[in-house]
Amino acid sequence: MTERGDLLRVENLSVSFPLWGGTIEAVRNLDMRIRPGKVTALVGESGSGKSVLGRAIMGIETPVARTSGQIIFNDPERDEPLDLLSLPHDGRKIRSIRGNRIGMIFQEPMTSFSPMHTIGNQIDEVLRVHSILSPGERRERCEDVLGRVGFENPGRAFDMYPFELSGGMRQRAMIAMALICRPALLIADEPTTALDVTIQAQILKLLREAQAKLGMAMLLITHDLGVVASMADEVVVVYRGQVMEAGTAEDIFRNPQHPYTRGLMQAVPDFNMARDERLKPLREIKVDTAGLMQRTGRTEAKTDIILSVRNVTKSFLPKRSQGFGARPSAPTVAVNDVSFDIKRGETLGLVGESGCGKTTMSKIIMRGLTANSGTVTYNGDNGPIDVLNAEGQALQELRTRIQMVFQDPVSSLSPRMPVRSIISEPLEIHARGDAKSRQEAVQRLIHAIGLPDSALSRYPHSFSGGQRQRIGIARALALGPDLIICDEPVSALDVSIQAQILNLMKDLKKELGLTYLFISHNLAVVNYMADRVAVMYAGRIVEIAPCEIIMRNPVHPYTKKLLAAVPLPNLDCPLDFEAIGQPSAAAKKVWATQFKDDGNPDSLIHADLGGGHWVLARRNVDARELRP
Amino acid sequence: MIRYILWRIMVMIPTLVMISMLIFTIIELPPGDYFESYVEELKAIGEKADMQEIEELRARYGFDQPEPIRYLNWVGGMLKGDFGYSFEYRMPVSDVVGDRVWLTILVSTVTIIVTWLIAFPIGIYSATHQYSWGDYGLTLLGLIGLAVPNFVLALVLMYLANIWFGTSIGHLMDQKYLNEPMSWDKFKSILEHIWIPVIIIGTAGTAGMVRRVRANLLDELHKQYVMTARAKGLHPFRVLIKYPLRMSLNFFISDIGSVLPHIISGAEITAVVLSLETTGPMLIRALQSQDMYLAGSFLMFLAFLTVIGVLVSDIALALLDPRIRLRGGSTK
Repeated sequence: MTERGDLLRVENLSVSFPLWGGTIEAVRNLDMRIRPGKVTALVGESGSGKSVLGRAIMGIETPVARTSGQIIFNDPERDEPLDLLSLPHDGRKIRSIRGNRIGMIFQEPMTSFSPMHTIGNQIDEVLRVHSILSPGERRERCEDVLGRVGFENPGRAFDMYPFELSGGMRQRAMIAMALICRPALLIADEPTTALDVTIQAQILKLLREAQAKLGMAMLLITHDLGVVASMADEVVVVYRGQVMEAGTAEDIFRNPQHPYTRGLMQAVPDFNMARDERLKPLREIKVDTAGLMQRTGRTEAKTDIILSVRNVTKSFLPKRSQGFGARPSAPTVAVNDVSFDIKRGETLGLVGESGCGKTTMSKIIMRGLTANSGTVTYNGDNGPIDVLNAEGQALQELRTRIQMVFQDPVSSLSPRMPVRSIISEPLEIHARGDAKSRQEAVQRLIHAIGLPDSALSRYPHSFSGGQRQRIGIARALALGPDLIICDEPVSALDVSIQAQILNLMKDLKKELGLTYLFISHNLAVVNYMADRVAVMYAGRIVEIAPCEIIMRNPVHPYTKKLLAAVPLPNLDCPLDFEAIGQPSAAAKKVWATQFKDDGNPDSLIHADLGGGHWVLARRNVDARELRP
Repeated sequence: MIRYILWRIMVMIPTLVMISMLIFTIIELPPGDYFESYVEELKAIGEKADMQEIEELRARYGFDQPEPIRYLNWVGGMLKGDFGYSFEYRMPVSDVVGDRVWLTILVSTVTIIVTWLIAFPIGIYSATHQYSWGDYGLTLLGLIGLAVPNFVLALVLMYLANIWFGTSIGHLMDQKYLNEPMSWDKFKSILEHIWIPVIIIGTAGTAGMVRRVRANLLDELHKQYVMTARAKGLHPFRVLIKYPLRMSLNFFISDIGSVLPHIISGAEITAVVLSLETTGPMLIRALQSQDMYLAGSFLMFLAFLTVIGVLVSDIALALLDPRIRLRGGSTK
């Protein structure tokens, strides 16, 4: 390998941030290289300094950061290599490289664009800075690149505002912005972490194609080894700002040397795992449920079905457009005739892409939203309760029996309450015991989730995302519920933390005899957690079956697509971009005819395939025809 | 958009009706009326009032009628542009207020513009150089400006101007121009005098404004889109102006609603101390002497301006912020 061979070489890079009375060393003596035209993945947990590295290359780290070392950029359009770190901060030279020779995309598609300016204005700006094209030529080029990243009507997209687009489309626009000057290097900082698996697969496909077409190199910063396996040529594993292991993807996946790399790989759930196999998180939590749930006089319930949902429908009216008198447009049906049962002690997985109505369904069960029609029955110790119409005493009982764990560990805990108050609040609301017994209950709960007593007097901001999610779980457990609704509890977490939380939830379920409704967009996670799985698409349950059947023998095309979209940390089964790379609405058109409604939703019913396996199909179709 | 504006204007009507009732009630609350306090005042200095004439005036202005009818007369008059008659000045309200309104608007507008011109650069500097010595120093200055009461500052400046420049800085112009029509000399004299009230009234406003610009801008500076803009290779100053500053302007625009009435009412206490020919002292005097048409019409005028100001700022917000314009009223 000659010196000129590498597009970018990072040599002995250290980045530290001064803090009151000390420094935080985010990156320590890091060496790595990026070869032209190749995808280099930078893998590590959150807090490992990988994003700092990305920003240091661009020179957009805050000025207080202290950097040392070299970042050598061998721009093929220039004659000699350039040390990016030696350039003046925000000077003309580094600015002519940013966005022009090195593009960057970020994790949060929701906040990466300014909401005040149109997409076109913000993309066009890159050309205004770096080119001498006329406005007409710039617009043409913008629309061209917007079309190539998958906008069906680029001219219209150009004049749209970011908030009018979905997360996936915004990320596409972001990619268009990063690629418009045809950079030699694209830095993608967790480009798909905030997206669900089907959108993730589309974005990865787009990145892969763009990278091959433009012959550019890509630095892919991610924590997800599944994404790495499908995308990367070379892999660099970092931990606490230092390189643990680096090499080609083949080397890293076939023959990982460093225990940290092996640990990361074992933390990802895999479809090939045995039913009772446990994930091995990097740091295991000890569960101590002693003294929890000593509820007296608990009678065995008569039925084994704890929650029964029948024909629930919910539609949202779109906003009143402008003032009064405007014509109301058609309502959006978020949940359409959904029925399912949850058995006592099982985990029912509810899977689907974002916007399919799974969160709406969970909110209806929690009485956060009111259904238009249908019934939900909870079979508790004291007989059945009509969930949707319960009032007074019955509602109060319901509130103690069904609890919820939320997706976002940051916004679901009040930043102004210490952990002690957060966990004991449900006890106070329901007037359980006196102050002393509540205190003891809180201590038992915090032990159950593996946090020390000292955590009780701290505030949520001093905990990591995974720890916060554990606090959320402790709060849900406080009243000793039977049923816990987990709405994407691990989607916002790193894979290593995800394994930790999943194991914790499994242990708690076993020891406390809980029932879970586990909502997720990731089938691999659901496979690890659930006994039965319901797949939801566009407000309807398209397939429901025991977990093994869904995973091994799916019938509905949408289930198959979801399964294919899960990136596995295994080089032998990379993502099949051909099959999954198109939006669900487009993919729906090529579904087999027996699954299509042809514009008449009533033509579909749930066909029984035996063994608790139901699939949404045409009324007149024989069950045998549905088998592939 | 047009539908929205029409709807907003229609909503203004009941608001104004309710405000007018409130104003009328409050003005009527103290016992007696202008004539009674006038008679009392005359008695106090030992003169006799012409009760005959007073009774005539009372009848002429409908003071002998029940309150609802007087209310309707008052409101009806205002709708026709007749704001009533000031008993104290013995001329129509519009004539009393007329000249003063223009002077008040002049002082207030200059003050507001000066406030913005000073506050914005300082606020931007403070936000972009957070926790630097410059930020701390300017913050200290701003807090002093906020803490010192206007009238104290007015007295200090009057004293200093007197011993340093040897001029009396009371009033808005030289005494000899007071009742003269506008002329070039009068205008120059106003300019000579205006900087003192502008500084005094402006200090507190500037200080508060700096703090608000700083806080709003700081919120925006750490947003992801700022990073995106820098990653595009934009000049840092251009990034600042186009993205975070633009976003932080929303508070400023929604402020317009409260600025409009402020322009008219002015800073009363400062105006009293400096004996400025603005509307503030006049309103106070009118309230004291129960000069009900003057006070009521003036308060009504302020209320009208407030409502208009809120409307203007709402429309401006909708024009400037596409999120409000295109997503307004949507629910989750």
